[in-house]
Formats: sequence, C-alpha cells, structure tokens
Amino acid sequence: MITFEGVTKRYGDGTVAVDNLNLQVPTGAITVFVGPSGCGKTTSLRMINRMIDATEGRILLDDQDVRKIDPPTLRRGIGYVIQQSGLFPHRKIVDNVATVPYLLGWDKKKARDRAMELLERVGLDLKMADRYPFQLSGGQQQRVGVARALAADPPVLLMDEPFSAVDPVVRTSLQDELLRLQAELQKTIVFVTHDIDEAIKLGDTVAVFRVGGHLAQVADPSTLLAEPADDFVEGFLGRDRGIRRLSFVSAGDLAVRSEAVVPGWSVALDEDNRPLGWRPDGDGAGLQPFGTVDLKKDSLRAALDAALLAPSGCPIAVDGDGRFAGVVTREALDEALTRATRGPSDG
Amino acid sequence: MNWLFDFFGNGDNWSGSDGIPMRLLEHIEFSVVALLLAMVIAIPLGLLIGHKRRGAVLVVVTANAARALPTLGLVVLIVLLVGVGTTWPVLIPLVALAIPPILVNTYEGIRGVDEDLRDSAYGMGLRGGQVLMKVLVPVALPLILLGLRIAAIQVVATATVAAYVGLGGLGRYIIDGLATKDFPSTIGGAVLVAVLALVVQLGFSLLQRVLVSPGVSRRAKVR
Repeated sequence: MITFEGVTKRYGDGTVAVDNLNLQVPTGAITVFVGPSGCGKTTSLRMINRMIDATEGRILLDDQDVRKIDPPTLRRGIGYVIQQSGLFPHRKIVDNVATVPYLLGWDKKKARDRAMELLERVGLDLKMADRYPFQLSGGQQQRVGVARALAADPPVLLMDEPFSAVDPVVRTSLQDELLRLQAELQKTIVFVTHDIDEAIKLGDTVAVFRVGGHLAQVADPSTLLAEPADDFVEGFLGRDRGIRRLSFVSAGDLAVRSEAVVPGWSVALDEDNRPLGWRPDGDGAGLQPFGTVDLKKDSLRAALDAALLAPSGCPIAVDGDGRFAGVVTREALDEALTRATRGPSDG
Repeated sequence: MNWLFDFFGNGDNWSGSDGIPMRLLEHIEFSVVALLLAMVIAIPLGLLIGHKRRGAVLVVVTANAARALPTLGLVVLIVLLVGVGTTWPVLIPLVALAIPPILVNTYEGIRGVDEDLRDSAYGMGLRGGQVLMKVLVPVALPLILLGLRIAAIQVVATATVAAYVGLGGLGRYIIDGLATKDFPSTIGGAVLVAVLALVVQLGFSLLQRVLVSPGVSRRAKVR
C-alpha cells in the first residue's frame, strides 16, 4: 500500500504542481493517474521514489515514510519505467535488464540468468539479449524497460507514460502484455498516462487529476464511466460513456437459447458446428452476416456489437473454440442491458 | 625531395644526442608529459561541471582565454621567470594549450547526455558517482576522446617551440636548420613532426574502437 497524506509540491517560483493530495494506492493492483498536462500526475508518481521530494505531507510505502529512506536504496526496491525506455545505450540488452541486480551485488551469472528469464517473460526473443538498445524497435525497447524494472522483483512498479511513444498497434499489444504479466505477478503498479482509454483499460482504480494538482475523482473504471463526479471528469472521459462502460459488464449473465432459430431466421453451421451465417426463412436468399459472443470471456459490449452486426439482430453465442453454443434473443439482451444500466453496484 | 634524402640519408643524423631517435624521444616526452598534466587537470574538472551543471560560464571564459595565449610568448615569459635548465618553459605552455579542448569536450560530452537517460539511471537507484562513471562517461566517451585527440595533435605540433629556449625535440631540426640555412634539416624536422601527428591521429582512432561501446558508436551489426 502506498499512501499519500496531504502531499503538496510547491516550486520556488510559487507554482503548485500537486495540492494537498490524499490517496491510497492498493497493494497488488494497478492504479492509474490520469489527467491533462500540468495536472501533477507525473510529479505525484515521481515523489513516490523521491525523484522529486514533496514540500509538505508524507508518502508512506507500507507504513514507512519514504523521506526516511536513502533515495538510491529506496529506488532499488521500486521498479521504474519511463516513456523513452531510458535504456543504457552502451550496454547489451541482458546487462540493461540486470542493472538493479548488479547494483544489489548479485553475482554476474545469477543476474544474467534472471535477466534472460525476464526477457522471455515480457515476450522478447532471446536473440535480443546480446544486442544493443539502438538495434531494437521502440516497442521492443519498452518491453526491455519493463523487464529491467522487474529484474530485482520489486513489489512496486512505477510506470510514467511508458507506452505513449509507440504506435497504436504496438501500444495495444504492450497493454495486453502488461495485463497478462500483472495477472501472474500482482505487483502494486502506479501507472501515469494522459490517455483516458488507456487508463480505463489498465486501471483497477483510476485517479483523475485536474490542472493545478487537484484530485478530481478516484474510482474503478466502471463507476467512473457511470458516475463522473463533475463536468471536468465527464468532459475528460469523452463520448460514448454508456457503451464503453458495457466493457466492464460480463456477458456471462445473458440467457441463451440452444435452438439455432429465432423468428424469421436460422443459424447455418458447418460440419464442425461453427456458425456460417444467418439464413432467412423462405425465399432461399443467401447467408447473411453474423456476430458472435463468447459468454465466458466477452463483455456485454461485445454482445451488443454482435447483435448490431446481424440483420437478425441477435448475437450468436459460441464457446472458446468458436463452436455454436446457442442464440441470444433480443429480449435476453434487453434484460441484460437494463440490469447493467441500473448502476455499477448491480452490474 | 633531394633535401629529404640529404636529411634522412645522412647516417650522422641517426645517432648521438642530436640524432633523430633522441630528438624524437625528447619530443614525445614533452608531448606525453604535457598531455598527461592537462588531462589530470581538465578531465576531472570537465566531469565535475558537466555532471553538476554548474560553473559552465567559468569554463567557457577560461578555455577561450587560454586559447588566446600566444604559446611562444608564454615560453619566453616562463624562461624569464624560472630561467633555463628546466623543462617547465615548454611544459606549461603546452599544458595551457591542451587544457581547453579536453575541458570543453569533456564538459560538453557529459552535459549533453540525454536527460531521459540520466533520469532512468537515477530512477534505477544508481548513486551520483555511479551515474557519472557507469552511464555518463561511457556515453560521452566519443566526445571526450575527440577532445584528447585534438589536444594531443596540437601539443605534438607545438612542442617544436622547445627548441627556441634551447631544449630538445624535433623543433631543433627546424629552428637550427633555419638559423644555419640548412634547409634539408628544416624540411626533415617538419616532416617528422607531421608524421608524428598522423601517428597520434591513428592511435586515437584505434583507442576509440577499443574503448567506445559498439552500442554508443553504433558499430554493432544486427544479427
């Protein structure tokens, strides 16, 4: 647990970067600090590992005031990932990853073995280990940056806009990779971004900052989308909050009919029981488009999307292998949407 | 060309206290000692102000002032001050000549290291000295070596002034040759100085290959 207690950062010229911040960052979860430029989110993050020292208040790391720990010692126990990876250009990838283990005095072989293990874990080809940073793409460098931060197995990870400088496709894969890693490792992660979609995707908790270093709202993503605290948060969240919130509601509660028919339509299946399309009753017209939803994995948003793709208006439920599992009727979908909109506490 | 044969073909020029090997050794000695003294002064100072980012104005002013010093005038001045019989009249001007390029390049090299790199080094938990020696110096090394190379070549070329105050070195061939209208000697001395400067240049190129990480010079091949 990281606790901010009345933390203020004021610079010599009177600028207030962070104003009386009170916040708890829970253990083993991802907390995202999000907000526009100049809102103090990065300053708040950097005060945790004392890259910046607070002017007032204190920050507790598991009940210990960070100001009482010598900064290098503190930082070696906290993983740190920055936007431009910050890899050491003169060192091979494997030695970059082993930076903190070397500092902690591990022997070289143990440190390198650990580094190789982590490169594999973040999804990098082990051939990269003997290369230098300039030989890697931006996305690969960020993966190395994450591996380096994890090298000494710190309980806390600070990530300062780590994926902002890569293209959207790579960014999505890095985000997915982070979520997969986090499911295995359960680190306490503080993640700073200016991208609300990234915050909503990654955060177990999202802390929205407003300019001037004030906290506007702290909530889980679903609550944030459903009940923004004020106009600022609402504006910052952007459009389509209702649809986006459905991403956080499981499709698992949808009622499914096992018959492959709805009035006017039937589902055409191949010999392997996978859907091919909707066949209209009667006149022998060709197969029409369809959408599928995996009830175990997908959200209500995916179910609604599947419904909108089909002229029959009904999503086709499939199992994990893409085989037909039933049909979701419009009535069943309506009921689920109604339940979902009753509020996050019910959803 | 004949003058060159006259000079280098003359067996008398290859032995004794006035022979080429002896003069070359003296010349190298002045140069090496001057360069080492300049390094001892300029490198730590450059590292310090580059790392702490303070005192930059002082460096620029001092370096430019030192550059404006007329080397020959300084030689004569120091002879007047300390007298003949020591090598200081040649060493001090050479050190003064070598300090500015070493100091400015070291300082600029360290100061110019990417801010994100510095940030991540501190963020990993390196201490100030470790950031300097393990990150900033290796990354700034090409510029630091360039400063040393410029200084070394200038020193080698300028060490000829030792001859003005009766000290040895290759300058003797040039200055004595001019004084006695022995042009083969003058030309021969000049060629020796030029060759020595080329050797220095080559030496630093090799040093650069050995010392600078392939990740910094970007020499490594993608496998």
